[in-house]
Amino acid sequence: MRMLRLLSVTAVQALIAIAFLATWEIAGRAHFISPIFFPVPSVVVRTVFDLFRSGELIVHLGATLSRMAGGFLVGGLPGVMLGLLMGWSPRLKVLLDPFVAALHPVPKISLLPLVMILLGIGEAPNLVVIGLASFFPMLISSLAGVQQISPLYCEVAKNYGATTLRMFHRVILPGSLPLVFAGIRLAVNSALVVTISVELVAAQTGLGSMIWTAWETLRIEALYATVLLTALLGLTFSVVLNHLARWAIPWQT
Amino acid sequence: MISIECREISKIFRSPRGDTEALRSVSFTAADHEFVCIVGSSGSGKTTLLKILARVLEPTAGEVVLRSANGSAPRNALVFQEHGLFPWMTVLENVAFGLEMQGVARRDRTDAAHCFIRKVGLDGYSKKYPYELSVGMRQRVALARAFVSNAQILLMDEPFASLDAQTKLLLQEEMLSLWSQERKLVIFVTHDMDEAILLADRILVMSGSPGTILEQIPVELSRPRNPTSEWAAAAELKGRIWTLLEQDVRRRLYGCES
Repeated sequence: MRMLRLLSVTAVQALIAIAFLATWEIAGRAHFISPIFFPVPSVVVRTVFDLFRSGELIVHLGATLSRMAGGFLVGGLPGVMLGLLMGWSPRLKVLLDPFVAALHPVPKISLLPLVMILLGIGEAPNLVVIGLASFFPMLISSLAGVQQISPLYCEVAKNYGATTLRMFHRVILPGSLPLVFAGIRLAVNSALVVTISVELVAAQTGLGSMIWTAWETLRIEALYATVLLTALLGLTFSVVLNHLARWAIPWQT
Repeated sequence: MISIECREISKIFRSPRGDTEALRSVSFTAADHEFVCIVGSSGSGKTTLLKILARVLEPTAGEVVLRSANGSAPRNALVFQEHGLFPWMTVLENVAFGLEMQGVARRDRTDAAHCFIRKVGLDGYSKKYPYELSVGMRQRVALARAFVSNAQILLMDEPFASLDAQTKLLLQEEMLSLWSQERKLVIFVTHDMDEAILLADRILVMSGSPGTILEQIPVELSRPRNPTSEWAAAAELKGRIWTLLEQDVRRRLYGCES
């Protein structure tokens, strides 16, 4: 019954998408809407395949992915570690709270020019800015992850003689994992946004630079194709992370 | 020979909004495999006392002396009202947790845990997570975890409070049978007078604000007990406890002495 309902929801969703794309296709071909500004879906899809076949897409996609991964490692890992530590030590949290509150809302892309002046033009400033974009969501979620662990669990562990290290390993780490994972989701999203932004202004490779090149050469169908690809990339991340979460947090219903 | 000695325990919780005196010079002793129930209405400081015995909380004044045969401090295990099972561990990992913290090798602690999982009738559930179990099953896992941990003293904080009356009866029976096999010293906190009479060798009656021990009542009913055995003697005991507690409960209910 539940399966059937799920199936029917998917069916309706597919129907909505198909109806939308079909209307667009027909309206474009009948010249109700300008095929120059609104290239029909079939043309957009063909453009995606052309970009793929020419090898251009693979190169740019690879550049975006490695840039994102690099930035995520540079910023996300320290973010988790500092977040867990701040949750663990109230003193550290009190000490660092105002700095986090002040720096977190700064749009990270706005720091790019400054970082470029400091580090020079090249890949380094890109990684730093993407890193900053993943650092804060990771930090804040991990911190909340530790804080929401019921003190009861720490009391139980303490009563059974847990050392600080064991308490961290068996209680704090697994207890905060669900929110750490939520942080990974947020950080991946904001890393993707900032990666594309960085590539729009300061890179010769990547999906963002493809979008910018398409704009500069006024290849509107390529513009649609690259934006579509970016959306698909985000969707892929979300699906992969969902599966990863189910594997890593088997106790969550 | 295991013993607990509480000497003039006081506990004051300090907060910016004012101090709360939770316990005032509480003294008692318990030894060997005695089953002691602490009965009192909610807010009488029972849980605070238990946490001090477990060394999770520090007393403001007074001291707790735990002794075992060889003079070393005996191990204790706390069983909480909300069972306190780690949601991220399987039944097996939860039961073996105490042994894991003591540094027992994986093989040995797994064997020991399996043995107790069988004793509480949860064979085949060792790979399940707590969310997959009923409330009663979870409480049995918590019991197994406490019994397996080599603790000589079990400290229980209303472990059966959230269960329905029938499940509660079965679990009380199971716990008594574990207790008679393992011979541990049990301090059991409850607000349920019937439960205390069913389980205890001795009942400490507590009143609250601040928590003090009003009286210690020995329960001399023969074991095994059940809710229908020696009901006249049990009813008399219940009457005595109620007489002691009534004022405290009234004061809490109506906010004044009556």
